[in-house]
Amino acid sequence: MSAPKAQLETLPRSLTLMLAVALIGLAAVPVFGADYTIGLVTSMMIMAIFAMSLDLLQGVTGLVSLGHAAFFGLAGYALAFMTPSGQAVSLWWTLPLAVGASALAALLIGFFVVRTHGIYFIMVTMAFAQMVYFLFFDIKALGGSDGLYLNFKPDAGLFDLEDKRVFFWFTLACLVATYAFLRRLLFSPFGRALAGIRANGHRMRALGFASFSHKLAAFTLAGALAGLAGYLWAAQTGFMNPELMGFHMSAHAIMMVILGGMGNFAGAIVGAFAFEYLLHLFKDLPDIGSFRTGKHWQLWMGLFIVAIVILAPRGILGLLARWLQRKETGDD
Amino acid sequence: MTEAVTATATGEIQPRTPNHPGTMPGLVLTARQLTKRFGGLAAVNQVNLDLWQGRIHGVIGPNGAGKSTLTNLLSGDLPPTEGTVTLAGQDITGWNPERISRQRLGRSYQKTNIFPAFTVWENIRLAAQSRNQPFAFNPLAWLTRAATHAVVNERAEKALELALLGSRRNTIAGAASHGEQRQLEIAMTLATEPQVLLLDEPLAGMGTMEAERMVQLLLGLKADHAMMLVEHDMDAVFAVADHLTVMVNGQVIASDTPAAVRADVTVQAAYLGEAH
Repeated sequence: MSAPKAQLETLPRSLTLMLAVALIGLAAVPVFGADYTIGLVTSMMIMAIFAMSLDLLQGVTGLVSLGHAAFFGLAGYALAFMTPSGQAVSLWWTLPLAVGASALAALLIGFFVVRTHGIYFIMVTMAFAQMVYFLFFDIKALGGSDGLYLNFKPDAGLFDLEDKRVFFWFTLACLVATYAFLRRLLFSPFGRALAGIRANGHRMRALGFASFSHKLAAFTLAGALAGLAGYLWAAQTGFMNPELMGFHMSAHAIMMVILGGMGNFAGAIVGAFAFEYLLHLFKDLPDIGSFRTGKHWQLWMGLFIVAIVILAPRGILGLLARWLQRKETGDD
Repeated sequence: MTEAVTATATGEIQPRTPNHPGTMPGLVLTARQLTKRFGGLAAVNQVNLDLWQGRIHGVIGPNGAGKSTLTNLLSGDLPPTEGTVTLAGQDITGWNPERISRQRLGRSYQKTNIFPAFTVWENIRLAAQSRNQPFAFNPLAWLTRAATHAVVNERAEKALELALLGSRRNTIAGAASHGEQRQLEIAMTLATEPQVLLLDEPLAGMGTMEAERMVQLLLGLKADHAMMLVEHDMDAVFAVADHLTVMVNGQVIASDTPAAVRADVTVQAAYLGEAH
């Protein structure tokens, strides 16, 4: 099984400009948007962080994980455990602890799974994630099938996360920081080694690269960043349940990364926004006679993803880049 | 002939002087009784081999003789069933390829093995980076720009020039000609600063001009490396090799100077007879 191909590592200037304009528009949402819109876009940004964390594995390193949601869920649960029912807890120590818990779990699981590759890696990551899922599903003390509720958002001291607008900007800051960090990492010696492992792991070993430790570090880091997304999710929604750790959740992240375009992180953001938007669009489709169109949203989403893979293998970002390139050529 | 060891027709080594890599000047790598069995088939059978600094050791033999398997055993791509490999005084038997590479053994492959989507420069730069590996969990390795590492760039630049690829720096490797891709393979290996070079059919599929350029490249590298050259191009291998080992069915049937091998009746009967 060949590794998936990364695309558009270096973003064209016109595309970067377009993304910068989109970022400004995003920052203005709380100013002009209704509460529902603010909440919806906040959850899209959280999923974008989650998708970027998976892109580090899938698009950059060439490791397709069907268990990535486990790390998303673990940090969310960690926040739920640390939050007493009667008061808020500090953001400043719960965030590092929750992210650290996900990173530690990723380190331990990664120690076993990064020894495998291809289809075996997919199966083993899914197996580990399902173990975590059933652990939380079956044990009442861990919330069981109902999950856990949080009555308060974390207390940041300097700003009030209970305010939807403040929470939005905080999430946006996390999104931008994660993107900037991962873009920096992509062109670091570590990032170049990961790209080499994706392109030709066998040659990398022959050149003397410690492939195991590189993949383990990437897996741990990706787990930590998924944990950041999970923490924000728990803080925003006020609940965690085992479904958020299941392989459906991991599969959604894979689809987001494919939809947007792999290996450059900007594609993961675009993919997450597109996926969440389409999800709402398809769910709200009107019924045709007795056929409940919206109920079968996964069918339409599946068809859409298939169309993207066939017609635009570099994802939406690739389509945008091609369109901008044509436009520039035409203008010349 | 100046070799310290010779091999009999059965591959038995008869040392003329005691040899211990690392203690004997110039002797860099030794393999003793190296064997690889796949089920009942011995692909490499009791092979002994010495590689010396400043010499090219050619390995020839018909298809299926075990030449590439021998290369894979020396580089760690395959673990031997029996026997030992010693590199610069260190027993490296059973080590994995990355550890052996870091012990300064570099290899190229029979089938071109590069990063086709990267530029020629990025292929070589990445290879050079392998010698300045920070620990993967070191956050500093996550935040510096790879392209600005002066030591790595300098090493890559040297390999680029040595492999005569200076004019192809920004070419996407997959779009380079076959000959250039073979040169790139060697450049990548050189960027790891090896003391031993194992080259598996570097001339395969090359035209006359490309082959000539490659031969010049190999001769230029000879002084600073202990080289093993597996090759089917007899003209080239007889032109560059200081010592030749002939393999048939996994076994060494002769190991001597090119002139002596050419005159060897066993070799002529088993292999060279048809061509020469």
